[in-house]
Amino acid sequence: MDNALVTVLIAMLGGAIRVSTPFMFVALGETLTEKSGRINLGLEGNLVLGAMVAYAVSYLSGNAWLGVLAAGGSGLCLGALHGYICKLPRVNDIAVGIAMMSFGTGLAFFFGKPFIQPSAPRLDAIPLGDWTGNPALAQALQVNPLFFVGIALAVFMFWAFRNTRWGLIVRMTGDSAASAKAMGVSVDLVRFLATAAGGFLAGIGGAFLSLYYPGSWNQGLSSGQGLMAVALVIFARWDPIKCIFAALLFGAAGALGPSLQSIGISQGYYFFNAAPYILTLIIMIISAGSKASARDVPGELSITK
Amino acid sequence: MAGRAPSLEAIGMTKVFGPLVALDDVSIKVEAGSFHALLGENGAGKSTLVKCIMGFYSADKGQVRLDGQEVAIRSPRDARANGIGMVYQQFTLVPCLTGAENLVISRADAPAVIDWAKEKKHLDAFMAEMPFRVPMNTPVSSLSAGEKQKLEILKLLYLDQRFMILDEPTSVLTPGEADEMLGLLGGMADRKEITVLMISHKFREVKAFCDHFTVLRRGRFTGAGDAKAVSVPEMSAMMIGDTAIRERAARKKHNEGADRLELAGLFAEDNDGLPAIRSVNLKVKAGEIVGIAGVSGNGQSALVEALSGQRPLSDGGIYINGEFFRPKRGSFDRYKVFGLPEEPLKNATVPRMSVAENLAFRSFDKPPVAKLGWWMSPGPMREKARELIARYRVKTQGPDAPIETLSGGNVQRAVLARELSGDVDVLIVANPCFGLDFASVADIRSQIMEQRNRGAAVLLVSEDLDEILELADRVAVMSGGTINYVARIEDTDRNTIGQHMAGH
Repeated sequence: MDNALVTVLIAMLGGAIRVSTPFMFVALGETLTEKSGRINLGLEGNLVLGAMVAYAVSYLSGNAWLGVLAAGGSGLCLGALHGYICKLPRVNDIAVGIAMMSFGTGLAFFFGKPFIQPSAPRLDAIPLGDWTGNPALAQALQVNPLFFVGIALAVFMFWAFRNTRWGLIVRMTGDSAASAKAMGVSVDLVRFLATAAGGFLAGIGGAFLSLYYPGSWNQGLSSGQGLMAVALVIFARWDPIKCIFAALLFGAAGALGPSLQSIGISQGYYFFNAAPYILTLIIMIISAGSKASARDVPGELSITK
Repeated sequence: MAGRAPSLEAIGMTKVFGPLVALDDVSIKVEAGSFHALLGENGAGKSTLVKCIMGFYSADKGQVRLDGQEVAIRSPRDARANGIGMVYQQFTLVPCLTGAENLVISRADAPAVIDWAKEKKHLDAFMAEMPFRVPMNTPVSSLSAGEKQKLEILKLLYLDQRFMILDEPTSVLTPGEADEMLGLLGGMADRKEITVLMISHKFREVKAFCDHFTVLRRGRFTGAGDAKAVSVPEMSAMMIGDTAIRERAARKKHNEGADRLELAGLFAEDNDGLPAIRSVNLKVKAGEIVGIAGVSGNGQSALVEALSGQRPLSDGGIYINGEFFRPKRGSFDRYKVFGLPEEPLKNATVPRMSVAENLAFRSFDKPPVAKLGWWMSPGPMREKARELIARYRVKTQGPDAPIETLSGGNVQRAVLARELSGDVDVLIVANPCFGLDFASVADIRSQIMEQRNRGAAVLLVSEDLDEILELADRVAVMSGGTINYVARIEDTDRNTIGQHMAGH
């Protein structure tokens, strides 16, 4: 039984590393957007469109990294569109976000049809676990470079929100638009840029889905990771470092079902597969219940007003 | 730093908004190093004048001279570049940033990557020269109102803005804090380090700290002079002109009534789940006004919300004539409890519904408006509205106009008309005269006094200490969410109350 437990833990570690990356990118993008005072619920659309574009470009060009970049570009465009529409008077960012989600996924399915069959070059992983001599552990420690990019990005964002002019301006815009305006900052421009940059990151998250894990393009590729990641941001209290931990937790929870099955526990398979979603619900209820945590919320978000 | 205070002169400023002449050929001269008061009623044009100086509005006519040189100020940025800064009534600090972050980012030349070690050293050197200290490393949201106000002023000095315009800077401070801050600013002005133009309503502060004053009325200049030499009655005559003010209702002497309203150990939480009011105990007798004094944000709003059923009590109970009172519509009716909450447009009306409908909120389900308890007929409702509009002199286009089209004073009168037209046993009033002109203030205070004289128990929550000293029979002071001092009005004075407001 000890052995089985180790197997499950290793599988969950591998799952955490493998599955967390798209959550990470989308959550970081959303953190940036929400810190500027706007909510973009449409990142699921960016994610799916990013996955499709990455796969298509990788297939057509033969270079997976070019695909990643193209995915970011597609996300940037969707984010910019969201940012632009929300600049118009009397537009609600949440409604626009839901529309953008349908728009992004629809666009991806429309242009993605021809790329479901062919096989595109994929991203390579860095084998970090070969020295252990344990094949299961070695497999779990096959880490995609994007994972490290995500962590580096989170650390950078954490630093930049405190130590750069741009970081302070984003926080200022998100917390008090009136103060920002009084200082001559263009609130709309800051939010436009933050939404576009957030969209870029979500697009890269999509590239990971189609080019690494699961590693193909089809219409059922994303099972709501983009939406879940937006919820993660609330759970992480708008803190980039906490976003990483939240993403890892979700990844581990997602790997629970398959890993239990691999050691022969197949009872409640669907229940364990639903673990990340149940976790989301529980986390949301707990974090909404604590009123003190409301202090971290950027003051300009339309949910808090 | 001494001797750098600029002088400022605005000549012939005129600003027209559509049919309204907000500013009509107004001139003001502020000497270098003076502490100048700008007086006037609401709508007198004070804000318009300073906004023209600050570049928020461009004046239709007139010029601004700084140290005798004409300057063109087209935007707040130009004002900043010329060393003119303003502290607004609403704070412009960013709540989630720390004091230090707020100061550094407000600089036009804030570096792209901030070297905090260097900036902190620079800030420490700057603070060493300042007359007051504010915690620099905690988020602004956790500072008190007084500290925020000081930080706003520090920000102006940090940005080297030596001509500062303060818009009613003491409205959120305790009398003690206000005196301290004005004293320090007065000292800096005396040493010719800064020049201050302060918008104020409070004659006491103007007399104590300012050296010059200018008065506006209805967009015109009506007087200026030496603040020390001119008496308060003369100043107020310049402010209100020859407007006839309704005679105040006199306080009727009567024997003490029975306890009418009792608050027993009330506890409630704020929106963040922190205690907003703690163990509030208070009794109000019939025919008595109890005034609750306190600096804004010490739980008064939460208390009024709890009494009007807008905020749940976590513990304690409200009793009327000894019976437990649950703040629900039915009980308000049965116990004849009426209220005038602060910001009535937000808290006591539905802005887009008509004046008649808003006036009927207390009676729409009773005859004659409603038949059988559910069938509403608009005829009697409009009739009743017409009667109330005439009796309470509410200025409106008619009973069918949306109530949001009324001016602040008239919204307040309309709510009063609704709440006071029947029999009142308990009246709960919060900041009833906030932002109203002299005539409306006198009118509304008279109405409150009349209710007292007729035997109602009145709870008056006010941030204006003068209002409480004028109206109340007893005063209770709220600080930190609880009542820490209760006294009969003749047994206490402004200083004692002020000390308790500061929590001592």
